[in-house]
Amino acid sequence: MEAILFYLTATVAIISAVFVTQCRNPINSALNLITTFLCLAVFYIMLESPFMAAIQIMVYAGAIMVLIVFVIMLLNLGLAVKERYTHGIAGAGVLSALILFVANYFIRYGEATGTGGSVTSEVISSYGHTELIGRAMFVDFLLPFEIASILLLVAIVGAVILSKREV
Amino acid sequence: MTPEVLTLSETPWLFTGVMLVKIIVAFVATLLIVAYATYAERKIIGRMQSRMGPNMTGPKGLLQPIADGLKLFFKEDIIPSQAHWFAFILAPMMILAPAFISISVIPFGGDLQFTYDGTLYAVPMQITDLNIGVLFIVAMAGLGVYGIVLAGLASNSKYALLGGIRSTAQMISYELAVGLSIVAIFMLSETLSLRGIVAAQQQPLWGLESVSFIPNWYIFCQPLAFVLFVIGSMAEINRTPFDLPEAETELVSGFCTEYSAMKYALFFMAEYANMITVSAIASTLFLGGWGGPFYGWINFLIKVFAFMFFFIWIRATFPRLRYDQLMFLGWKIMLPLALVNIVITGIAILLW
Repeated sequence: MEAILFYLTATVAIISAVFVTQCRNPINSALNLITTFLCLAVFYIMLESPFMAAIQIMVYAGAIMVLIVFVIMLLNLGLAVKERYTHGIAGAGVLSALILFVANYFIRYGEATGTGGSVTSEVISSYGHTELIGRAMFVDFLLPFEIASILLLVAIVGAVILSKREV
Repeated sequence: MTPEVLTLSETPWLFTGVMLVKIIVAFVATLLIVAYATYAERKIIGRMQSRMGPNMTGPKGLLQPIADGLKLFFKEDIIPSQAHWFAFILAPMMILAPAFISISVIPFGGDLQFTYDGTLYAVPMQITDLNIGVLFIVAMAGLGVYGIVLAGLASNSKYALLGGIRSTAQMISYELAVGLSIVAIFMLSETLSLRGIVAAQQQPLWGLESVSFIPNWYIFCQPLAFVLFVIGSMAEINRTPFDLPEAETELVSGFCTEYSAMKYALFFMAEYANMITVSAIASTLFLGGWGGPFYGWINFLIKVFAFMFFFIWIRATFPRLRYDQLMFLGWKIMLPLALVNIVITGIAILLW
């Protein structure tokens, strides 16, 4: 049952990801990207992390993609992107084929050295996935979390300064 | 005898049947309320403005929603020739679906017990209890934006585009304030599941035995969060005074200018479905859900209808905000207040 669901979702995810790059109309690309994000959210649910799934939909599909669609709307990109950028696509294609090959090689012939982590299905069901993430973020990895938030703050200040006419 | 919980693996047919019944009941009830919310809105606003409202179709005009539906159903469905047809067709569906999906996590009553094959089963009156319930609703509300954005973008019309741009900006700004105002509720209830939040509101107020007749509804501990949530939700579902995306005086009809027939009706159904969803969430989070003096779902319906009456009342009373006032209210008043509310709640939890 779960395997069937996985393959169905994976097919949809891959097809829509292909369409993101292939569509001439930027609105269609954006819609396909949203579909890909929703498929990723389904994967998170299958991996027993519903919190991550909700955040995936809220942040990526609900906020970031809305902003991208907003920009498409304001710039009216409909006609501007119609010429093909063959060189870039070819280079990226070669690069991703290479990465796919290397990754496959490692998966087939490499040896798994890591052991199973402490977070198993039993731990998640007894303790709660949201609580685990909260603990990891605000207790175990507090310093990296704070550093990331300072980075975001710097970015926000930068955006405000760039958009202001007189500082 | 403690009741058994239905599971898919042990009693597959019973489980599937019960789930189907729950889904159909919730869906049909929502659709009925949507249909008669339009009637109620026209009647109530009519009465508030010293008019009659619809009164010709059927007794007291009660068949008016059905007549409207039939009329819109048989109208010609026009797609503008320059429109982006796929997004144009997709938009009404994308605005309606999230509103209905959100209903699925809302508990509308206590446990229902019944005996089948000699075993006592307990069925929660809620389609499904996700342990991230509230986040799920927030995520679905975020997806609802796409309906309006796509409608504005695909119509290839200046009015629709302006309506779409306005609504995008408005929804993104108010989503933040709404999301942050709910955070204070999680901090008190220590769970994200809506069932857990309702259960936490059934103890006496602040754990005091002397006033045990008052339930511990979060509106008493979090009045500020409640006000922020109601105002923000009104902005998120584009109700007056925040209905700038479809401001008739400036934008003809905003994002749905180019729509006709059933697609146009879907936009209006979505508006009322969103109103029901928001009322249901507000009564679950702040007013104790199905808790109260009567039997479970009756309490819940009374609270939902009270909220909907409030929204209609506001529409009859308030003028529309100006765009800069809207942005000012969202970013400079509601967002800081929501943050302050979280900090104060955190300090209060640490102290007591």
